[in-house]
Amino acid sequence: MSAMNARAVALAAFGALLCALPFLLSSYHVFQLTMVVVYAIVLLGLNILTGFNGQISLGHGAFFAIGAYITAVLLDKTGIPYWATVPLAGGVCLVVGFLFGLPALRLEGLYLALATFALAVATPQLLKYRRLEHWTGGVQGITFAKPDPPPFLPLDSDQWLYFFCLIVAVPLFVVGWNLLRARTGRALVAIRDQPTAAAAMGIDTAFYKSAAFGVSAMYTGIAGALGAIITQFVAPDSFPIFLSISFIVGIVVGGIASISGAVFGAIFIEFVPNVANAISDAAPWAIYGVFLIGCMYVMPNGAAGLVRTLLERARAWRPERRKLLSPTGEPR
Amino acid sequence: MDALLHQVLSGLATGGIYASIALALVMIYQATHHVNFAQGELAMFSTYIAWTQIDAGFPYWVAFVLTLLFSFVMGVLIERIVVRPIENAPVLSIVIVFIGLLVILNSVAGWIYGYTIKSFPSPFPENARLFGSYMSPHEIGMIAVTLAVLLLVFLFFRFTPLGLAMRAAAQNPVSSRLVGIRVGWMLALGWGLAGSIGAVAGMMAAPIVYLDPNMMSGVLLYGFAAALVGGIDNPWGAALGGFIVGVLENLAGAYVVGTEIKLTVALVIIVGVLLVRPSGLFGRTLVTRV
Amino acid sequence: MPAILETRALDAGYGPTQVLNALSIAVEEGGITALLGANGAGKTTTLRSICNMLVHASGEIRFAGERIDGRATEDIVRLGIGHVPDGRGTFTGLSVEENLRLGAYTRRDRDAVAADYERVYGHFPRLRERKRQQAGTLSGGEQQMLAIARALMLRPKLLLLDEPSFGLAPILVQEIFAILRAINRDEHVSMLLVEQNANMALQLADHAYLLETGRIVMHGPASVIGGDESVRRAYLGY
Repeated sequence: MSAMNARAVALAAFGALLCALPFLLSSYHVFQLTMVVVYAIVLLGLNILTGFNGQISLGHGAFFAIGAYITAVLLDKTGIPYWATVPLAGGVCLVVGFLFGLPALRLEGLYLALATFALAVATPQLLKYRRLEHWTGGVQGITFAKPDPPPFLPLDSDQWLYFFCLIVAVPLFVVGWNLLRARTGRALVAIRDQPTAAAAMGIDTAFYKSAAFGVSAMYTGIAGALGAIITQFVAPDSFPIFLSISFIVGIVVGGIASISGAVFGAIFIEFVPNVANAISDAAPWAIYGVFLIGCMYVMPNGAAGLVRTLLERARAWRPERRKLLSPTGEPR
Repeated sequence: MDALLHQVLSGLATGGIYASIALALVMIYQATHHVNFAQGELAMFSTYIAWTQIDAGFPYWVAFVLTLLFSFVMGVLIERIVVRPIENAPVLSIVIVFIGLLVILNSVAGWIYGYTIKSFPSPFPENARLFGSYMSPHEIGMIAVTLAVLLLVFLFFRFTPLGLAMRAAAQNPVSSRLVGIRVGWMLALGWGLAGSIGAVAGMMAAPIVYLDPNMMSGVLLYGFAAALVGGIDNPWGAALGGFIVGVLENLAGAYVVGTEIKLTVALVIIVGVLLVRPSGLFGRTLVTRV
Repeated sequence: MPAILETRALDAGYGPTQVLNALSIAVEEGGITALLGANGAGKTTTLRSICNMLVHASGEIRFAGERIDGRATEDIVRLGIGHVPDGRGTFTGLSVEENLRLGAYTRRDRDAVAADYERVYGHFPRLRERKRQQAGTLSGGEQQMLAIARALMLRPKLLLLDEPSFGLAPILVQEIFAILRAINRDEHVSMLLVEQNANMALQLADHAYLLETGRIVMHGPASVIGGDESVRRAYLGY
């Protein structure tokens, strides 16, 4: 069977699994699975910016928080239905991200990392700030009611929220996949690898870089809104600096510049802290750290990179693909 | 006016701590072209080692020197054992390893020593007063120590063959091997020195911020910001950046916004500086051929 | 004359690609040997194999009778091999003076090093003028001089030069080659010169090897090879 068909079958099987899982797992596990979907959206967004376009962001927790708080404030103060807050959160973050991307054009590498890290640091502090308490709910945050599933579906709340997030995630992934496979994706990667050459070829680097920031923020904001909906609670301490760091951990462990990497990474950041806790409750983060380092030794290109390497090796075993010794083509 | 001066001088003192951490970061950056995010936790761990010795009855300066040696060795070992195997991995993967180190050190320190804060002695006599009542003896001592460390580092890199070799190994490992430099050991040396410098920062900071496993997280951030403001490839700039950041933080906290969001304000100002001077205030923009 | 450098049945390559095939060459002590050939023939790979840089190699390499294959680059150069690499390899972020100091990094004889600075500045006065300048801002010709000077600071017995004429104007190449001849003659530094510019290389060298896709196709005294028109037309393009 050809590679294309094999991939289609794999995707179909994966999709079927995704739909079946909520009926096989307990409520809490369904909740965790939903968080994985949410994080996968974040990581896809972050990967567009950092993986494909090479702009390091250590501050995506801020966009996550913005999306979450938009949902929370709207649900708390207005009558807008929960599902409508999601595109609103996305739209706001798109604009905010793009605006942040403009001055960010001046900064490279580490300097950009610091600037975005400033975002991550600022977020919990600003959310707790006394003068903004009226809107943000201050330290206690905002809570709201759990959305009910539509009456015509035989699902409980947790299962419905899972499918709701999935319904939002699928088009986001499809659009992302299309973008990254096509000209846009190549332009982003060209800018990452050789910005001078990219500009010389006529790519509008400024636009692409700011747009990448905007789109990345939009994805993360949408995920933040979803995250708020499924926990029904937002508070400044839900968005600590470590959240932004987790996101970077997620894309690296999952696989930079990879779409499947977003899923692997999301699974890592949702479950590994719990696993670490189970192994040792005296020093759980030490175990987490060991996991991190171990992952990087075993798969420096992330889980997606590892899968790719294994598949390539598997293909090389087939007799018709045995490598021929090439005549010298190396420079001198 | 009085209060302002006090804030500025106090800021210079904490700036000394930031300058030391910034210096350690620049040291490793110059040697390896990586930013060691675990630097703060290494410093914290070293400070606990010092505390253990002092608690066991060692005189302060003996513990100080032993701790410097210990952190040097720890730095070298970490480079050889943890960093060496993945030195050819993509940059972000290496960053994740550093984050892993950070988390491990923090957690292990908490596990061994607990999370209750401990006090740490200052080596500077309590009753000596030089600048009237503007600065405590410890604050003056901190600045002096920071400047001394800075001077030593500068002299080392500028005038010793080893310092030159380290700079060369960082810039161009291939050519460095061609002149006989053992590049692997240069990296390890860089880490060792950074470990010692970080230990100094930790031991200077502990009397003021008190010793607990999380004491260095804010310091690391300020140190990182300071290193960038000064220009990541410039030890002088990093140190100066540290002092600037220290004063900025204090002034922001006292006059602008209060301690709640002074970190945010300080960072925003720093980012503002970077937007105007993207390589930092004193960073050299190296001319490179495309 | 004995050979200061010899390779025997040297195979080398990068990853799964093999570049050199059972290569056996010798550099005469005190002489200049040229290694010529087209792009992709394996010339740079040969020099890299000698210094064990970035290549997988098997076979014997002997320097002054001692086997050096398999040793670390930094140990090999300490035996007295100066390598002026492909692309010059200057420390572009450091000053000219610092580059030279690094050349002498492994040496312990302070006075001789000081004398060598003078000698090297004597060969390349332009470098003395630009002592404190950042190496990356030098012109191509000056960087080539700096690269050679740095290798000389090692006080090598053997100098490996990888395409020193690359990207330089012919008059500058003549100047540099004349200096190389003087160094070889007065300081008894043996040289292995890799060049695409066969004409000039054959004027400088005593002995020459022609390399084609990783194999020696011809070797002999430089004057003979340079004088044989059919060889020149077939292998050297002129």
